[in-house]
Parts: sequence; structure tokens; C-alpha cells
Amino acid sequence: MEIYSTLIAILESGMRLSVPLVFACLAGLWSERSGVVDIGLEGKMLVAAFASAAAAGATNNALIGLGAGIIASIGFALIHGFAAISQRGNQIVSGVAINMLAAGLTALVGNAWYAQGGRTPPLEGNARFQPLTWPGAETIDQIPLIGPVYAHLISGHSTLAYCALVATLLSGFVLRRTRFGLRIRAVGENPAAVDTAGVSVTRLRYFAVIIAGVLCGFAGSYLALGQAAGFLTNMTAGKGFIALAALIFAKWRAWPALWTCFLFGLLDAVAIRLQGVMVPGIGQIPVQAIQALPYLMTVILLAGFIGKAIPPKASGLPYVKER
Amino acid sequence: MSTPIELPKWADVSLVPILAVIVAFLVAGLVVLGIGENPVKATLLLLKGALGSGEGIGYTLYYATNFIFTGLAVAIAFHAGLFNIGGEGQATMGGLGAALICLRFDFLPWYIVLPLAILGAMAMGALWAFIPGYLQVKRGSHVVITTIMFNFLAATLVVYLLVNVIGKPGLMSPETRTFAASAHLPYLHEALAYFGIIIPKSPLNLSLALALLASAFVWVLLWHTKLGYAIRTVGHSPTAATYAGISIGRITLITMAISGALAGLLAVNEILGVQGRLLLEFSSGYGFIGIAVALMGRAHPVGIVLASILFGMLYQGGTELSFEIPRVTRDMIVAISGLVILFAGALDGLIRRPVAGLFSRFLKSGV
Repeated sequence: MEIYSTLIAILESGMRLSVPLVFACLAGLWSERSGVVDIGLEGKMLVAAFASAAAAGATNNALIGLGAGIIASIGFALIHGFAAISQRGNQIVSGVAINMLAAGLTALVGNAWYAQGGRTPPLEGNARFQPLTWPGAETIDQIPLIGPVYAHLISGHSTLAYCALVATLLSGFVLRRTRFGLRIRAVGENPAAVDTAGVSVTRLRYFAVIIAGVLCGFAGSYLALGQAAGFLTNMTAGKGFIALAALIFAKWRAWPALWTCFLFGLLDAVAIRLQGVMVPGIGQIPVQAIQALPYLMTVILLAGFIGKAIPPKASGLPYVKER
Repeated sequence: MSTPIELPKWADVSLVPILAVIVAFLVAGLVVLGIGENPVKATLLLLKGALGSGEGIGYTLYYATNFIFTGLAVAIAFHAGLFNIGGEGQATMGGLGAALICLRFDFLPWYIVLPLAILGAMAMGALWAFIPGYLQVKRGSHVVITTIMFNFLAATLVVYLLVNVIGKPGLMSPETRTFAASAHLPYLHEALAYFGIIIPKSPLNLSLALALLASAFVWVLLWHTKLGYAIRTVGHSPTAATYAGISIGRITLITMAISGALAGLLAVNEILGVQGRLLLEFSSGYGFIGIAVALMGRAHPVGIVLASILFGMLYQGGTELSFEIPRVTRDMIVAISGLVILFAGALDGLIRRPVAGLFSRFLKSGV
């Protein structure tokens, strides 16, 4: 029974850790499906985390914090969009710039405003997204086996965690089943064909980039207002790149993105849990080995040793209209 | 818009990057203004900190050494049409290579240990770039993504080794024991004192000479050898290279290995020159700033040395500045680097187009 409750606890913390990954991964999905490579997920999450913590702290309202996070993230997304779409600049270079700009600015401004070494003052109460407890969770928790699943895995997450599920559902549906989604995908595969059909490539790509900004806004706000209680310098700590890895692993599809992010979140939870634990028969498993797994798995997958990950055909290529 | 933007060569290599940096600084100045400090005062303090004393100049050049290595690493990959964002990981592995040699052989005299350790740093850096290159050539995975992943892999690998294998037990932070004196690359003030010249003390060491040598090597390689010609051909037009009988795969592998070796040399400055032991995160972002340096230096060794000195000034001056005005922390430098990458790289056209417009108008009216 103790093993079971440990299992539930690991699954629960894996779900929590995967929420920002899911948002960021979906952001990458939208952007890259439209043909704009986005390695600036990390930076957009970071500015969103900072802006949301600052706004939530000032207004004591988590929703206003979320709004500010989204706006900040869209701002950075538009810089990337302007460079990649309008200026036809190198999208990788632009992404690197976004990441560095975000890391520098958030730490600088955070330190100047709050004088706490770059962090924002701790948030509490309404300034954070509190876990939602579903009806009867405490009573049902008593039921063996099924009870904890309901109480800890289904109930008890922050509002934003459920939003991540909705975002996956919506992204998957819109990209697969609607005209807009078809066009987004087409513009990432063959922009010239979309252009010939009389649809603006530029407009579609800007749309996708802005959606990516919104989703990164959710990801960053979850970090600062859901998972932690405030902003810490460089609190994304590579999550944007794990999300990028997850996106490749999911082969640029929404539902597989959700599962991959959950898997990567779970690995993170296991690594935390195994810190300093002796596993019978194996000895101590090095935490670093588990932490390295998402990156290693992505490299192996990309190299085509397990399946094949093929990116959208026109991703990374600026579109030049024929004259 | 779709016509190529034509500029005289001198304007392309000097005017455009200088304008890009000026724009980046103006934006940074607005940020300083935004947090309620005086940008002019900050700039003066920064310049004073970087160049106002012999010690300051020493530090500036010491930082510049790091940027030369990582800038060259990014630049040579650019010339082959490759984007190596893995400088950070390659430098980390370079540190590991140097440390492994030093830990094993530092009982030997310096003229054996030091060359071996430098080679170790280059070899491990080269390996960490060669594998992504190999995976691109043979398995079709793109180097950009693979090198990003390899940055994290290098970081976790070195943490693991320092915690469990080569770290010195009983220390608060995971690091190796201090190497013997024979594995220490002399500081410039030590080296010059040997000849009776006294300069102020700073971490500036003989790695600077190595960095300048590396710049000369890259210049000769790219513009005066057959291999360099092949590298540039692959970068300009892979199709033309194929028709000319140049193997793109082979050039990719060689270029990535050289690029990684150059990034690995950062460890010579940091580990052999200054720290004397392997510790975590000594590469502290130099790999990424190398991208800014390469873009600003227009991927040419001369430009890279000049851009490195500028970034060295920013680093050193920024440190001094943060003592004088604590509200302007060194994070400012990271933000400025981001702005430089943006304006000299991704938004290059924003500056190039008006300059080209001015030139064509000027030339027309002149004729």
C-alpha cells in the first residue's frame, strides 16, 4: 500500500511538473506548424513568469497576473515574428536573441524593482492559482485504490493545469479539423501553395506566432503563480528546451505532445524522488542520468534510431513572394 | 524588398555592424532609463571600469579571450552554413578534457602537462561538436537541435562526474582538487615579470596569445587553404560544392570538429589559466555570447577580435558598474548581448536596407 501511495505521489508531481512543458510544447507546435522555428520558448516563458509575478503581486489578483504574463509573452513573440516573418531574418538567431534578452531583462528589472537579487516578493492567497479541490475529494480519498486516483490525480491541481488539457484539446482539434488549422499546417509545408490560393502567408504566420505567445504566457504564469510563489531568476531552467525536445518527440502533433510532456515531467519527478535513495539490487541511481534522459531520447529519436521525426517542410524558411 | 541588398564592402563589414551595436546600446540605454538610472553616467562608469586602470584593461582582455574562442567557434561554422549553438557544452567538455589530463599527469613538468591539457580541451570540445555533425551527415538530424541537447548533456555529465567520480570529497560545491603548479598557464603579469616588465595583476594569462594565434589560424584556414575554400563553398552553395566534387558531409564533420575544438579552448583560459581546478558552470554563458560576437564581427577573425574586446569591456565595465550603481547588475550585459544578436543578426535587414537606400541615392546624385 505504501508503494501505491508513493506511485500516486510521483504521478501527481509528474503531472504538476509537466504542465508548463505542455503549454510551451503546444506553443512550439503552433509556431513550427506554421513554418516559424521557435527556440525562444524559454525566453517567452521567462518574461511571462516575471510579468505575471510582478502584476499579481501588485494587484493581488492571479488572473491579472496571467493577463500580464500573456501580454509580455506576446510582445516577445511579436519581436520574433517581426524578425522571422517580416524581416525574413534567421529564425534560430532571433530565438537565441529572445532567450538572452529575456534572461537579462527579467533579472535586471527584477533586481532594480524589488532589490531581492532578481526575485519578486513571495506571493500568497489570491495572487496565486490555488489547487482546485473537486467535490468529495477528501471522502473519496478513503476508498482504496480508486480513491487516491480521484483525490490526487484528477482533483487537486491548479486551474491552469486543467487549462493545459483544454489547450491540448483545442490545439489538436483546430489544427486537425478546421479550415484555419489546415491553412496553418499548409503554410508550414508549402507556403507558395497557400499564397496561390489567395491566403496571406504573413497573416497566418503572425497568427500562429501570437498563439505561441499566448501559450508561453500560460506556461510562464503557471511557473510563477502555480508551481512557485513568485518569480526567481532564470526559473525556467531549460524547460523551454525540454518542451522543444518533447515537440520533436511528439512529431509535431498535439496529443502526443501532451503524453511526451507528461513522460518528461514524470522523469523529472522520479529524479527528484530518487535523490539519494538506494534501489535494491541496483544501488544508487545517479539523478543526472534520469535528468539527461529527455535530451538523450530526443537526440536518439532525431537520429532516426527509433522511428523518424520529420519537421514541417517549410519550417525555418522565410517566405519570399514571387514578383 | 526581394532584391538583394547591395552595399559597398567596407560599409557591409564596418558600417552595418557598428550601426547595429549603436542601436542595441540605445535600446539598452532606454532600459537603464526605464529603471530610473542615468544611462550617460552608466556608460561613463562602464568605460572607466573597463579601461580606466591597468587592472581594468587586464580584466577586459581576459574576458575578451573567452569571447574570441567562442566567437571563432560560431564563425567558422557559419562559413560552412552550419549553426553551432553548442559552444556552451563544447566548452564544458573542453574543461573536462583539460581536467582529466591535469588530474592524471600534473606531476609531470609544465612543458608536457600544459600542451597535453590544451590538446585534451580541444579534443573533448571537438568530440562534442563532431557527434552532432556526424548525426546530421549520417542520420539527418539537424545540428541546431542536437547541439542544444548536447549542451544539457554536457552539463549533466560534468555534474555527475564531479559529484561521483572526479570531485574532491568534503567540499561544499562539486569541484576537483586544485591542480599542481605545473598545470597552471602563467598569468601575463607573471610572464612579463620574468622579463622584468611589471604590469598590474589580473587574471589575464597566456591564453590571450593562444586566442590571437587561433584567430590567425582561422583566417589562414578560411581564406588561404584549399580546405577553407571548400568550407566557404559549402556554406555559399551546397549545390555548387557538390558539382565541384566537394563532399559536403566531410566538410561538415571537419568544420564542426574545428568549431568544437575552438570552443573547447575556452577551458584553457578559465580552467588552466585562472581556476586551476574543474568546477561547475565555468562556461557561464560565454558560448552563447560567442554568437553575438560572431555576428558583430561579421564572422571574420579581425572583426571577432574587435567585437570580443568590446564584449570584454562590457563584462569588466559592467562588473565595476554594478558596484557603483547596484541597481544596474551584470544581467544588463546579457540583455545587451541579446540586443546585439537581434540587431546584428535577425533584424540585420532593418539596418542594412536604409543604409543601402542612402548609398544608392548618394551614388546616383554623385554621378
